Amino acid sequence: MSGPANEAMIEVSNLWKAFGPLQVLKGISLAVPKGSAVALIGPSGSGKSTLLRCINLLELPERGRVRVGDQAIDCAGGKLPDDKALAGFRARTGMVFQLFNLFPHMTALENVAAGPLYVKRLSPQEAKATATALLAKVGLADKAHAYPSHLSGGQRQRVAIARALAMNPEVILFDEVTSALDPELVGEVLDVIAGLAAEGMTMLLVTHEMAFAHEVAKTVAFMSEGTIVELGPPGEVLVRPQNPRTRAFLARFHSFARTFAGTGR
Amino acid sequence: MTGVGYSWDFSFLWMYRWLLLKGLGITLIYTFGSIAFGLIIGLLVGLLRLSRRWFLSLPLIAYIEAFRCTPLLVQIIWFYYAFPVLVGLDMPAVVAGMLVLSLYTGAFYAEIFRGGVISIERGQWDAAQAIGMRRVQVLRRVILPQAVKRMIPPFLNQSIIQLKNTSLVSTIAVADLLYQGQLITSATYRPLETYTTVALIYFVILFPLTLGAQLVERHLQRSD
Repeated sequence: MSGPANEAMIEVSNLWKAFGPLQVLKGISLAVPKGSAVALIGPSGSGKSTLLRCINLLELPERGRVRVGDQAIDCAGGKLPDDKALAGFRARTGMVFQLFNLFPHMTALENVAAGPLYVKRLSPQEAKATATALLAKVGLADKAHAYPSHLSGGQRQRVAIARALAMNPEVILFDEVTSALDPELVGEVLDVIAGLAAEGMTMLLVTHEMAFAHEVAKTVAFMSEGTIVELGPPGEVLVRPQNPRTRAFLARFHSFARTFAGTGR
Repeated sequence: MTGVGYSWDFSFLWMYRWLLLKGLGITLIYTFGSIAFGLIIGLLVGLLRLSRRWFLSLPLIAYIEAFRCTPLLVQIIWFYYAFPVLVGLDMPAVVAGMLVLSLYTGAFYAEIFRGGVISIERGQWDAAQAIGMRRVQVLRRVILPQAVKRMIPPFLNQSIIQLKNTSLVSTIAVADLLYQGQLITSATYRPLETYTTVALIYFVILFPLTLGAQLVERHLQRSD
């Protein structure tokens, strides 16, 4: 993991994925430099979530190459990587989900400790110490022994972020992590993510929070119908979109357009 | 026959109490034995059924549907009278009875266990795999602890039904409770008292068990 600071930490080359007759990803190539945040925006059904799921191999691409850090997987039809190889790959690629997906039978602490305990095989004491520290980091030290059903949506999502962090991932993939939250709970989750970005965590975010993307991401990629249509700094893509499809999409975010009206056209 | 003119008299059954008790013992042995064997079969088949490999799942589907879609009585008679012809090997009634009851309830258990596992949301698999768990770990640490809670009520119901099912082995002369009742009837010519008593014995055991299963179900619902 040495090398220049602008070396890509995530590299996706010519990625194809279909569900039955539906071609969802059509030859996506994308690089996320080490320590930077890239935001993926686009209409629903454009393949953003599928791209994320392909990057940590929750979905297996049918063609293309995915590299995260120094682990790479080539998908060229043929032989698929086995369960062990997939698990090893995913262990270093954190992911946070729209619907949190916390384990309901475990407390917040046990949720965060699960990876260190069962995957990294740390001792229970070490796993607990790691989990306690991470819950404190996301501001939930006092909820360590609460079950997910007793937490608010924002708290659940912060536990889920801590759970991903507990594996010391090289990158974190955020899949619309605030879309299921009540508006007043969005801020606390975005604050945690912004904090991670400031610490230099490499991240790829699928988001509909345009203001947040503008603030945190170094690069914004606009996806439509399985391809990346436009890619560049947020000041370009979000404010002066070139592609008509990007323009049409962003026109729907009226409040955003107003917010940035001064800096844009 | 009944009603007017028939004088009920249960006293003669006291003479046969040990016979009835022995029959009840056999019934319970078949119940618990077939539940235990069925549990092993059901766990193996139910979990293997989760495999996406057709050469694993196809024979298991065939087994499950063969036993779910034919009457238990037909299965017992087939295994006792027809199966030996097929393999040229005689099977004692006690073995055939236990074998069929186990295979039968195992098929239902397999579907209960598989149903419990697939009822857990896909997101749980996603989250567990995303932190690097392997499939077996996901099952053990995340899916099964949640699924078992959902499996318990149907498992208890199927097991209670299984106690009733055992009475069918009397047709191949396994000396269970009902079979003893038939013996007593042919010796005393008093079917009314005998079969009423047999039915009452089943009821006295099953009624509390059914209530207990309902309590467990309510308790599990509350703790969700």
